[in-house]
Amino acid sequence: MIALELNGVHGRYGLLQAVKGISLDLAEGAVLAVIGANGAGKTTLMRMIAGLHPVAEGAVSLLGEEITEMSAHERVRAGLALCPEGRRLFTDLTVRENLQIGAENGRRGDWNLASVLDALPQIAPLLDRAAGGLSGGQRQAVAIGRALITNPRVLLLDEVSLGLSPAAVDGVYQSLERLRGHMTMVIVEQDLTRAMGFAERLICLAEGALELDGAPQSLTREQITDAYFGIHKAELSHA
Amino acid sequence: MLESIIQGILLGGYYAVLAAGLSLMFGVVRFINLAHGDMAVLGAMIALWLVQVLGLGVPWAIALTLPMMAALGWLLQRFIFERSLKGGFLIPILTTIGLAAALQNGMFAAFGSDTRSLGAYIGGLSWASWQLPGNIFVGKLPVYMFATALVVLGALHLVLTRTGFGRAVRATASDPEAAALCGVDAIRVHRGAAAIAVALAGLAGIFLALRAQVTPFSGPMLLIFAFEAVVIGGIGSLRGTLLGGLALGLAQSLGGMISPQFSLLAGHCLFLVILAVRMSQGAASERGGWRAALMATVLNRAQMRRRA
Repeated sequence: MIALELNGVHGRYGLLQAVKGISLDLAEGAVLAVIGANGAGKTTLMRMIAGLHPVAEGAVSLLGEEITEMSAHERVRAGLALCPEGRRLFTDLTVRENLQIGAENGRRGDWNLASVLDALPQIAPLLDRAAGGLSGGQRQAVAIGRALITNPRVLLLDEVSLGLSPAAVDGVYQSLERLRGHMTMVIVEQDLTRAMGFAERLICLAEGALELDGAPQSLTREQITDAYFGIHKAELSHA
Repeated sequence: MLESIIQGILLGGYYAVLAAGLSLMFGVVRFINLAHGDMAVLGAMIALWLVQVLGLGVPWAIALTLPMMAALGWLLQRFIFERSLKGGFLIPILTTIGLAAALQNGMFAAFGSDTRSLGAYIGGLSWASWQLPGNIFVGKLPVYMFATALVVLGALHLVLTRTGFGRAVRATASDPEAAALCGVDAIRVHRGAAAIAVALAGLAGIFLALRAQVTPFSGPMLLIFAFEAVVIGGIGSLRGTLLGGLALGLAQSLGGMISPQFSLLAGHCLFLVILAVRMSQGAASERGGWRAALMATVLNRAQMRRRA
């Protein structure tokens, strides 16, 4: 079954077209990595899928149901969760309260506090600490836990490794590895090696458009680099 | 002196209830309700109408007025505030200025311009007092009102910290987008917060009508007091609002010892001093309340001394 489907999705900031006609479909349980240079439209695309930014044209479907007109909180209850760039924890609240909010307002399902702590054991000793006092890696783990506890069928993770130490990034990816097979994942990642090692499918955006789509094993480093920097497009325009 | 301090603390409880609704609206909905004082007066007028026209007892009038005010808050948020918030920063301010004018003139048309009080309907409680050692007299009504204020604010604190709705309110106040990503329906939360805020305004108006008089045009002065308590205590913090109300009540009561005319002015002076400290310590005050601002001032001075 198709878990997530984008059909000619466009996104704008005023006159600036940030996302240009992206179409893709993603099977249930698949892991997709989204790469691209800064300003390529990755975060805007995630925000559009999550309902935080309006879709100017096109359609977004989740498990066969069109969700283009749904608000962000309705999409969460339909089974879509975004772990946003910058973590966006409620810093005045404790870690436990951050998780409770996801549990109380998200979709009903198998994920609860106990199962989240099983998947992310590093959160357990932090439960009664204020989220604002955590390290970057701890915040990322809590943000993933908060998204998980809403019981998503599709989990979007935006810039999961940004600003983290290599050890913290290792910890985050070990946690994500435990989720493989439980849900569909879309991960925005600047680190190409991580993205290619983790995902089964990779897409590259450049200037808001889909430049490359394929399995990491089938793509050459040169193809990815060219798509990442939009070299192919530049060559075409020169020709 | 001790009597003035006691009176100031008791008065502070009333200011805290008056300010709590304003603080909640701004902290959660990001909406400055300039009609807050007029809503307090409306609450008083509704209670007066229930007592004077329908002949209900004051407790029954209070019990009926508060849900009516909560319903009014919900409806205002649903049909007016939500729409005006979409119009940017200026439209909500203009909307509530218009609402305040409409409320004042509506109450004037409905109830006339006479001063009114609920004091006449609570028997001897209006003037009954306890005599403490040192020939200090403490009015029973202000004590009961202060106790009610503590219970109401304590209950609100419990709702905000121990219930799912409260956690959703705090999450929405902290980061509305992140709250939506957890499945929180911000619209529902905002309507709930507006209902609580307007009910609190109504309770404050009833308090005022019990211990003094109200007219349809009393609202703007109440708004100023509410703003002062909120700014002194820190926006969005219930504990800060209580402390702000107490500080304002104490300032007015102690100012009244110097001269009766200085009573209100002392409160305004305290507000201006706190505002000046907050503006000079913007970053510190963002971290939380007037205590952080004062602490930052002390730390800055200590650092300057060490450098010297």
